[in-house]
Amino acid sequence: MGRVLALMWKEFLELRQDPRLAGIILVAPILQLTMLGYAATTDVHDVPIVVVDGDRSSQSRELIERFAASPYFKVVDEFLSPNEVDAALTRGRAWLGVIVPIGFGDSLQGQGPASARTVQVLADGTDANSSGVALAYAAGLVSEFNAALVAEQMLMGGGGAPGGITGAVRVWYNPELVSKDFMVPGVLALLLLLITTNMSAMAIVRERELGTLEQLHVTPLGRFELILGKLLPYGVLGFIDVLLVMAVAVFWFEVPLLGSPVLLLAASAVYVLCTLSLGLFISTISHTQQEAMMTAMFFFLVPMIYLSGFIFPIENMPVMIQWVTTVIPLRYYLVIVRGIFLKGVGFDLLWPHFAALAVWGVAVLALATARSHKTE
Amino acid sequence: MNHFWAVAIKELRQIRRDRRTLMVMLFLPGFFLLLYGYALNFDIRHVALVVQDRDATAESRRLVSRFVESTYFELVGTATSDAEIGRALDSGVARAVLVIPEGFGHDLAQRMPVTVQVLLNGDNANTATTVLGYTTAVLREASIPAGASVTTRLALVEPRIWYNPELRSTLFLVPGLIAYLSMITAVVSTALSIVREKENGTMEQIRMAPISTPAFIIGKAAPYLVLSQISGILVILAAMVLFGLPMQGNWLTLNLVLAMFLIGAIGTGLLVSTIAETQQVAFQIGSLVAFLPTFVLSGFIFPIASMPIGLQYVSTVVPARYFLIALRGIVLKGSDLITVWPSVAALVVYAFLVMGLASLRLARR
Repeated sequence: MGRVLALMWKEFLELRQDPRLAGIILVAPILQLTMLGYAATTDVHDVPIVVVDGDRSSQSRELIERFAASPYFKVVDEFLSPNEVDAALTRGRAWLGVIVPIGFGDSLQGQGPASARTVQVLADGTDANSSGVALAYAAGLVSEFNAALVAEQMLMGGGGAPGGITGAVRVWYNPELVSKDFMVPGVLALLLLLITTNMSAMAIVRERELGTLEQLHVTPLGRFELILGKLLPYGVLGFIDVLLVMAVAVFWFEVPLLGSPVLLLAASAVYVLCTLSLGLFISTISHTQQEAMMTAMFFFLVPMIYLSGFIFPIENMPVMIQWVTTVIPLRYYLVIVRGIFLKGVGFDLLWPHFAALAVWGVAVLALATARSHKTE
Repeated sequence: MNHFWAVAIKELRQIRRDRRTLMVMLFLPGFFLLLYGYALNFDIRHVALVVQDRDATAESRRLVSRFVESTYFELVGTATSDAEIGRALDSGVARAVLVIPEGFGHDLAQRMPVTVQVLLNGDNANTATTVLGYTTAVLREASIPAGASVTTRLALVEPRIWYNPELRSTLFLVPGLIAYLSMITAVVSTALSIVREKENGTMEQIRMAPISTPAFIIGKAAPYLVLSQISGILVILAAMVLFGLPMQGNWLTLNLVLAMFLIGAIGTGLLVSTIAETQQVAFQIGSLVAFLPTFVLSGFIFPIASMPIGLQYVSTVVPARYFLIALRGIVLKGSDLITVWPSVAALVVYAFLVMGLASLRLARR
């Protein structure tokens, strides 16, 4: 044990060689939280649109008012001719152009062809996701407009208010549907992966690169002591960040922490076992730090981040890919973190995910240890 | 000039010895392309739905089948108690729960307003918002009594989508992918390659050698510039072959814009190398500077218009933002250099600033 502590101490001393490291350990989480907490939202609102009111009737005005009043849209300009819409879309001034045709009002009263009550919505499809959402909003606004029209006509026809089905919608876990409550806890997973996996892999490869690994081998350190002493310091750094992120998430971002913080720390410990084992494994297949970094980043971290459900929901992926995601530890940790933060669920529901993490961690650690035995 | 070649050849040799880096720069983009093309999208289908039907009439069953037939929802189970509903949502089995009250069929037949309860798992706000929209749409359709609406004339919508008529996310993500991959490889590899010299002590040797700072910088940067350029073009070619990405614009313009962006990225890498003393730190700073802003603040995935105004200002110094505007313009809209010049100008300014700053810092030492 004493020898492991000595090696850990040496590792910390080496980390201090670059005074900027302490800054990074503190700055990195804050930066990630700010960006992902505030900016990482696929919510679409304030979409810049241009409108053309070809009819200038009370109905066409009302429809355009609905667009102007909606939080989803921001009318940046109103044109007289549809031709001007083209230029606005090409130059990127607007994402959507809404064109109300001549005769719109009359056609709604039954005087005129159907084409005269067809509202044209032109969309810039370059940003497929946002355009799709914006188009859906536009269609929604028109159908609200229609519903109001129908209600009005039924009242005037003396038929009384229409019946129909209303949905009493209640949203659980995140009633106001704010993305930050979803993204911020996820930063824990991302951060631990970036800090522990990469840095531990590079730390070991660095000894190899500089030739000092040989020296460590001739010391009376056992293999496990060596591995433990090299990896644990990064586990410690990772945990400092876990606490920091939890504090900032709860006190600054006001993300509710409904579940048990102790359970969250326990889950983080199991997850760090996975990330450190992965770091060790990467170090056994790399010769230079640059190689280790590239391997970690591109073969493991980035694919893991994409396929873990961190941003892109797993249930939207093709079934084959969904199978692939089951071997990604990040996936299980994200379910645990989000479950504890937002749903307040306990170990009784989360244990399968804990088990998956533990199995993964132990398996990769065994593999990496076996490999490091062979390579050295 | 000879000195420049000497440094460049040395660097190329080092890259060649590091097979994996080369592989990453040349082949990995293809892998990501496949990932984007097939795996990642925001199109939400088959939302897991659990139903509690307290009415159990033909009418209530018709409402459930309307949900299923919409193809947005997939019936994964039924619940008989509130506890079961709670468990279905807590464990993530269900994303949405529909509770149909007793007397639903009767009230609907009497043309009386009825209320059904819908519970949504809101943890992922984006998905939940979309699901909410689907729910409203299905209920609205189900509300229209049979035989009505014939007498009323409704406004119709005709959407027309330009540049990407099928709204395929791939076409929109590919330019982002190029920005993202080249930013990481260019920034991080350049930074690491110089810090490695520092760590191994070979920086001193280079300093002793009669090589001027510009020759050193250009020699270090050129191999990465060429590799990243090739890798970026390969991604576009692959996307054209695999996903039918239309290349509407001019290849020359495209190459020019890509090169400007890469010079900025490599300059950023050089700048990072002057700050970091060890490769570990260089990697962390590099990935913070390159990875996050390019991913989050460039408009790659998250629309800039939806961000808080403060971060919108921050995004104006992220080069990838301009690169994406220019690239999407050239590839999808067929814009020429004149249309995209504000973005190109921003890229040129950025490249000059970071390269200048990095040279100053490198020369001072």
